[in-house]
Amino acid sequence: MTLRRKWEEKFFHVLSGIISLIIIFVLVHLIWSIIDKGASYLSWDIISKPPKGTFYFGGEGGGFLNAIAGSFYLAIGATVLSFFVSLPVALFLNIYLIKYPRLLIGIRFFLDVLWGVPSIVYGAFGFLILMYLGYRNSLGAGIVTVAALISPIMIRAMDEVLKTIPIGLQEAAYAMGSTKTETAYKVFFRQALPGIATAILLAFGRGIGDAASVLFTAGYTDNVPSKLSDPAATLPLTIYYQLQSPSEDMQNLAYTAAIILTFIVLCTSVTARLLYRGKK
Amino acid sequence: MTQRKIIDSLSSKWMIVSLSFFLLLPMAIASGLIIKSSGLLKGHSILNLIFSSEWSPMDGQFGFWPFILSSLWVTITAILISMPLCLLAAIYLSQFAPKWVLKFMHPVIDILAGIPSVVYGVWAVLVIIPLVRDTIAPFFNADSVGYSILSGALVLAVMSIPYILNLLLEVFRQIPVELGEASLSLGATKWETIKKVFVRKGATGILSAFGLGFSKALGETLAVMMVIGNVAQIPHSVFDAGYPLPALVANNYGEMMSIPTYDSALMFGSLLLFVIILLINIFFRYIIYKSEAL
Repeated sequence: MTLRRKWEEKFFHVLSGIISLIIIFVLVHLIWSIIDKGASYLSWDIISKPPKGTFYFGGEGGGFLNAIAGSFYLAIGATVLSFFVSLPVALFLNIYLIKYPRLLIGIRFFLDVLWGVPSIVYGAFGFLILMYLGYRNSLGAGIVTVAALISPIMIRAMDEVLKTIPIGLQEAAYAMGSTKTETAYKVFFRQALPGIATAILLAFGRGIGDAASVLFTAGYTDNVPSKLSDPAATLPLTIYYQLQSPSEDMQNLAYTAAIILTFIVLCTSVTARLLYRGKK
Repeated sequence: MTQRKIIDSLSSKWMIVSLSFFLLLPMAIASGLIIKSSGLLKGHSILNLIFSSEWSPMDGQFGFWPFILSSLWVTITAILISMPLCLLAAIYLSQFAPKWVLKFMHPVIDILAGIPSVVYGVWAVLVIIPLVRDTIAPFFNADSVGYSILSGALVLAVMSIPYILNLLLEVFRQIPVELGEASLSLGATKWETIKKVFVRKGATGILSAFGLGFSKALGETLAVMMVIGNVAQIPHSVFDAGYPLPALVANNYGEMMSIPTYDSALMFGSLLLFVIILLINIFFRYIIYKSEAL
């Protein structure tokens, strides 16, 4: 009996350790295999030039500056737009609603649920609104859709940081004669700044990697968009289309684009991590 | 002084407007999708739409059953694969491993959770498709080109690992240490303590982690769509090609305007997805909230 217990203990200790290693291995393999496949095609031309001619079938050269620029325009635009609604909501929860804990729980619950809505649904809804208003696919429409998608994440991430600010700070600010707005933007905002920066970066990373929401709304083009009403290509969609192309050159471009996208996202999340740790 | 008051009142109003926007957003999405799919609902009953497997948009036949079934097959298979892996990994990281391993893994998991769906899709095309075609399918004496439900499930399983693992680690972190100490002091081994105390105490949390993982996987679009084959049929085995709901909506956006009520049908597909995922999310978030409140 004792022996069996000992072996069972040993068995599961080793098994769970091996499984943890397998998980790490799979995830390292994921990044490594994409780098391995696409790194040899990485060149300055690919990053700095838009595609030439019949891009889809390849052979004409050029790169995917259109997608890199489009993705950045879209993700930065969406992050800025989202910031202007997310910060007020997060501050509102932690300053105005702090007296109503039940309501606060309800709203946080609600935002968590909203977070779970898949991006394809946002995409379909964004498309529906576009049709209703009679507009075409455009950078602007993509920005609004992605902003709606990333806002719940941004609000909840900011909220988690603001939640840790002691109530005493708020009382001190009122005692000095501040209005609620001044307390919010001059005291709370500054106090939580590193955490808020992390929240912004998290939302940016999610926005730049999302494809299903921009599929319907931002459209696709071979040009770098120059105004909000232009359609915009994005990296995830470029990867998706290139990989479906019959030409091998095009497929290789997809792997290269995947490296660039992964690199951007990794940089964003590592910076977000470092900022957060710096605060602690 | 009055200027400060005006700023204060304007800013408060903007805060309330922003919050109301988000509170109304799901209602707006739901009603928008319902209005748009009403064109389809006029000619067909909801039950017929959901359970019919006849899909030919040109003849006005819209049966969603193959798509719903594909979605369920791929998501359930994925969760069945990732469930034991995540649970054992979470147990190892939170109970057996030295503290620094967990400290190291936390950021790694977070970073992996942020990798875009399409990148997982590229990896799946590179690695999982050949694996299923050349190794797994022959092993089971099945014939497969690789683009199959199993491939979709494998990539979904990998994608959901960081997400579920994060939730599970949080569950184990919240269980009081004293409970484990009490069990150990009575002579139980570490594994017995985990099995009989921690897993039981965290049962609702563990269940919710899998539930939320399921709903997240159900809505995944791009990575699955790249490897699942996209054939509208009732799947009979995991080696058959499938066509899940999100892929249906994403794939047919180009042509949906040219066939009457096709756009309605796709919006109805999105609505189904939205309602199902919302209900699952509300259910499991509520369970988590209840277990935390206790």
